[in-house]
Amino acid sequence: KHDYFYIFRAMDEDRKIKYKAAVKIQSWFRGCRVQAYLRHLNQVVILIQKWWRGYRCRKYFRKMVETAYFIMKMNFYNEMAVRIQKRWRGYYVRKYIHNYYALKKYLEAVSVNNTFVRSELQEYTEMKESEKNMQDLEKKEKEKKYQARKMHYLLSTKQIPGIYNSPFRKSPDLMELLLQKSKPLSHRRQQMKSPVAYELYDWSTCKKPPAFITALPLLLVNRQKPRGPFRDTVEVLWQRYKPSEPTLRVAESINSPLEKAREGIRRKEWRDPIHDNEQFLLFSSYRENEKYEPSLCRSGKYHQEAYGTKHFREVHPEKWVADKDFQTVLPSIVLFEKFGKTYSSTGQIV
Amino acid sequence: NSGVVSLLRPLLLDVVPSIRQTSALALGRLADYNVDLAEVVVKAGILPQLVGSLPEENRHYKKTAAFVLRVVAKHSPQLAQAVVQCGALETLVICLEDFDPGVKEAASWAFDYVARHNPELSQAVVDAGAVPLLVLCIQEPEIALKRIAASTLSDISKHSPELAQTVVDAGAIAHLAQMIPNPDAKLKRQVLSALSQIAKHSMDLAELVVEAEIFPVVLTCLKDSDEYVKKNGATLIREIAKHSPELSQLIVNSGGVAAMIDCIGSCRGTVRLPGIMMLGYVAAHSENLSMAVIVSKGIPPLCACLVEEHEDHIKAAAAWALGQIGRHSAEHARHVAVANVLPTLLDIYMDTRSSEDLKMKATLKNILQKCTHLPSLEPLLHDAPPNIMKHIVGQFSKVLPHDSKARRLFVTTGGLKKVQEIKAEPGSLLQEYISAINNCYPEEIVR
Repeated sequence: KHDYFYIFRAMDEDRKIKYKAAVKIQSWFRGCRVQAYLRHLNQVVILIQKWWRGYRCRKYFRKMVETAYFIMKMNFYNEMAVRIQKRWRGYYVRKYIHNYYALKKYLEAVSVNNTFVRSELQEYTEMKESEKNMQDLEKKEKEKKYQARKMHYLLSTKQIPGIYNSPFRKSPDLMELLLQKSKPLSHRRQQMKSPVAYELYDWSTCKKPPAFITALPLLLVNRQKPRGPFRDTVEVLWQRYKPSEPTLRVAESINSPLEKAREGIRRKEWRDPIHDNEQFLLFSSYRENEKYEPSLCRSGKYHQEAYGTKHFREVHPEKWVADKDFQTVLPSIVLFEKFGKTYSSTGQIV
Repeated sequence: NSGVVSLLRPLLLDVVPSIRQTSALALGRLADYNVDLAEVVVKAGILPQLVGSLPEENRHYKKTAAFVLRVVAKHSPQLAQAVVQCGALETLVICLEDFDPGVKEAASWAFDYVARHNPELSQAVVDAGAVPLLVLCIQEPEIALKRIAASTLSDISKHSPELAQTVVDAGAIAHLAQMIPNPDAKLKRQVLSALSQIAKHSMDLAELVVEAEIFPVVLTCLKDSDEYVKKNGATLIREIAKHSPELSQLIVNSGGVAAMIDCIGSCRGTVRLPGIMMLGYVAAHSENLSMAVIVSKGIPPLCACLVEEHEDHIKAAAAWALGQIGRHSAEHARHVAVANVLPTLLDIYMDTRSSEDLKMKATLKNILQKCTHLPSLEPLLHDAPPNIMKHIVGQFSKVLPHDSKARRLFVTTGGLKKVQEIKAEPGSLLQEYISAINNCYPEEIVR
């Protein structure tokens, strides 16, 4: 009995071992099969991925090439544009904004102009100076002459040599000559001169009174100032002789209206002069028989009124003594009776 | 003061006209003498009486009444306000329309003194309608009347642009410009001052003044024998030049800069000041104009001004003008530096007596920042204070790396030694400049 157990146990173990071996072999085989399948799959996948990646990268590469090309082109264009802009900007700045040569010329022109202006101004100052000097000289001369006129009594006579004509000198002094030339100054004229000059300065007009005014005091020497509420003679004369300032129109036009008006008057005068009976009257007898037509203002209602022409006094003919009225008789004026009778018969009135 | 005013007051209403006139004249002379007397005259109510009786009176009374109003208004703005309030302006306008030139002169003088004080009073004068009449007065032949009318227009237009515009609208500029060649010196003073007051407010007004063709006639005024004519002429040109580069260009083209330089050279004292400022304005606008100023030999007179003048503000103006000339570029700074003016400027800067204003204007920074002319910078190296030293050393450090001859000169004149002696905080700008200079030289020399 125990033998079957051991045989069966040995057979069981054997069977188990064989079973395990079979399982191992089968699993190994299955594993190989699956591995082969997986290998296959892997290869396929790799193939797909290879192709796909290649495709993608080629696309990307194309893009990269394009952009590189584009960038290259743009760089090139930029370069060229920079060259153009460089040239243009240099030209523009040098010509318009900071033109060196024009600036230099301008500064030279400025200095030339400055020298010109300076010379002109120099001339102007010199002119002014010379004017001033001349005025001073003239003033001094005037002073000297005035002094000479005042000191006219210092002139030398035939007998007595004057101060400036000393016998020890070869020729008389300049003052002597001046004294000889000058007219003696009378004090009355001197007094007349100053109030006039002072009053005219008072006018606050130009510094010197007009030239003709200074000549006028000569007229006034012998005349006394008129009494009464009259304006000062000098003022009146100044106003009267004030030179007219015609308007531009009058002064300018050749055919000025004043002249035209005068022409018109002259012509009218020639045509119908006022003093007719001195000249030839054309058709004068034509109007002989015309009646005088009195003006409407003068004429009365139905006739011409005697107002102002005939008489003022009242007339009552019923009160008259005789048939006619009294005659008014003027008293005779003795002097007029003698008129024409006094000296000779030629003076008698016909 | 012993009740004289109250005694004179009834005489103003007297029957006889010459008494009225003489009493008005007496009141005027009293008020003229003293501010207090003028106030007494105003308080006594004289002004309304004068003003009320004015239109019917004869011309002598009008003259005297205008004289009284003038001397009252002269003293202070409040008195002038009192004159305006009693309605004097309308009656003065009536006087301005009178035929007698003496009356017109007295009336415009009164307007002048009223308008002088402040803008409101000027506005009152303008509102009374005085400006067209004043422009007519300017055209009259009497010189004294022209003077006073020009002075009045000048005082009216000085306060504000609107008032100046009113004066311009009345057509004053053309007549004023015509009177510039007039030989009378006082008239020229007033005319030039009027034009400059008009031109100073804005560019349009300045352009209007220029369009009246004052150039180059105005340049003859700069050569006049009267000092104040020169001063006012220079003021006029300055007011025109300061607004815009185009106006300055116009002035340069008509030779104004040369005339101004001669004028500065011939004058002394405050008369020079507007001329100096004008050069500064012209040079400030652009570098071409500044070069034109340099070319017209503008720098020597400015240096002479800096040295000779005693007044602070004239020196400040001269220093400012030099700064404006030199600040544009290296070339300009070189011209300024060559004239040997930098040491003077430095002395002024360091002088403890000179005012803050002078020091600010005399700031060398502007010139130094552009100056590359090393020989003129050398002497400054020795005495300059630290903040100026920074700029000087900076300039050296910019030029030395490139110029070998200058490097040699720098060493031989002892400049390098001086630079070594300067102590500077590490990391500051000065230290950088010093190290930049030291890098130009081999080590042995530096030690």
